[in-house]
Amino acid sequence: MGQTIIEKILSRASGKKATAGEIVVAKVDCVMAQDGTAPLAIQSFERMEGKRLFDPERVNLVIDHSAPSPTEGISNLHKLMRDFAREHGCRLYDIGDGVCHQVMVESGKFGPGSVVVGADSHTCTYGALNAFATGVGSTDLAAALISGQMWFKVPETIRIICHGVLPRGVYAKDLILYLIGDLTADGATYKAVEYVGEAISALSQEGRFTIANMAVEMGAKAGLMEADEKTFAWLAAHGGNPGDFAPVNADPDAVYAAVKEYDVAGLEPQVAKPHRVDNVAPLSSVAGLKIDQAFIGTCTNGRLEDLRVAAGILAGRKVHPRTRLIVAPASRRIYLAALREGILATLVEAGAAVVTPGCGPCVGTHNGVPADGEVVISTANRNFRGRMGNRNAEIYLASPAAVAAAAVAGEIVDPREFVK
Amino acid sequence: MRLQGRAHKFGNDINTDYIISGKYKFKTLDMNELAKHVMEDLDPDFYQKIRPGDFIVAGTNFGCGSSREQAPLVIKHARIGAVLAKSFARIFFRNAINTGLPVVECDTDQIEAGDEIVLDLAAGVCENRTRGVTIPVKPLPEVMLRILQDGGLAAHFKKHGGFNFG
Repeated sequence: MGQTIIEKILSRASGKKATAGEIVVAKVDCVMAQDGTAPLAIQSFERMEGKRLFDPERVNLVIDHSAPSPTEGISNLHKLMRDFAREHGCRLYDIGDGVCHQVMVESGKFGPGSVVVGADSHTCTYGALNAFATGVGSTDLAAALISGQMWFKVPETIRIICHGVLPRGVYAKDLILYLIGDLTADGATYKAVEYVGEAISALSQEGRFTIANMAVEMGAKAGLMEADEKTFAWLAAHGGNPGDFAPVNADPDAVYAAVKEYDVAGLEPQVAKPHRVDNVAPLSSVAGLKIDQAFIGTCTNGRLEDLRVAAGILAGRKVHPRTRLIVAPASRRIYLAALREGILATLVEAGAAVVTPGCGPCVGTHNGVPADGEVVISTANRNFRGRMGNRNAEIYLASPAAVAAAAVAGEIVDPREFVK
Repeated sequence: MRLQGRAHKFGNDINTDYIISGKYKFKTLDMNELAKHVMEDLDPDFYQKIRPGDFIVAGTNFGCGSSREQAPLVIKHARIGAVLAKSFARIFFRNAINTGLPVVECDTDQIEAGDEIVLDLAAGVCENRTRGVTIPVKPLPEVMLRILQDGGLAAHFKKHGGFNFG
């Protein structure tokens, strides 16, 4: 019987043939925790009487959720992480380095066939590199820090085949919002998702990260893609050695929980309305809605490609007087590239406030908390009530183009009117 | 293990941001302090309503969203005895077992807010005393049972010097 991508990766990592439904103990190739989860992981590490890391080269701590620290309590938790990293010799990405998932995919440390665990639910992003990457809690992570292993229930897989090519002005974000709307917030719970088809192949590696990132919003354990020349070009450009990795494709006779087919050629810009990620509708259905704050950034859509699209819309225009625009490049590397390319000058000239690379505005931990009754449009991956730090605000999720267009218009507007 | 208490009822897709908001979770490792904000964005007075041993009862996909282990920890520190739901999000379910919070999948349509519940984890039954019905409980996977029996993953690891599912 054939195997899915995740069954093959878990077979290699566990040393036995892994079939959906089984429990395996697998080796992990890379481990990550951020400042919301690492302090608890360090506490669990001590509770487990951990003495040393299984391999300091494979352990990464990232300070990104409250960076730089806004309070003394958080400063003390950051210090705990810095001290731990110094003592154990692992890599610490400090304030300004960027959002954990972006610095991880920029690290070149893992690729096709790798197993990565991260104490953050959007770790599934790395599935776009043909890795099995999944979010875990702090105690699971502590066990991996000590042993280099983790137990997994091998999940069933849903195969999503996307035919066609996205129309002009419609992006990876619109596609993943549409898929989540269709499959719902728990449509893939306890399962993995494979995304294939010419619409996925046609996307840039950056666009693929956007799609893999949001697999968890349909409940999935992982969102995986096949590796191709774009995957290997990404690895090569980020210091990874493509020869170190073995791409993993599903067998033609692999067994799936479901196979879903979509044609993306007619897709319109989409929006997730408050307060659920699967409350998805065509963006045109909320056109004209007044916007108080627009936010471009996060592990979903804070990459160079996204900032470039936004700058294309904001060039020579101004942010509407009723609207604020906050921009957080996803990493220091992206921040520098956007500086050198003139993208940040364009955005700042238009009226944007650029903040330190990090997660703060997305999760309400730092910067950009909306006021009561305000309406926000954001490129993030979650719009739960209270998500940005105020339960009385309303959050809409959309593509960077739609957010930039809304910032200019002061209301939700079809971005295709702005895209040349 | 036998638990008894009243039901506090919630709907489907109760996410980890509702259980403990991101704006609090990073501030401290003091879970008793964080527990005061449990479910605050859904029900600002929820913490005041809890009597020790009460149950959170919900629909499908409880605990979706973030990987934050603070979510099961604040529920436990708010002295909730167990969470009963039709289904749980994957990461939350593991985190709950790892940290020793009982989580039970069963047909929660047979429980209303305020009902008196007795949960027998060993026997795998949930008795709704108010309505006089016995609700079967989905058994935990063997691996999770072992972790729970050892007192959570940290205790399991300490006891066996690593994973021991053999």
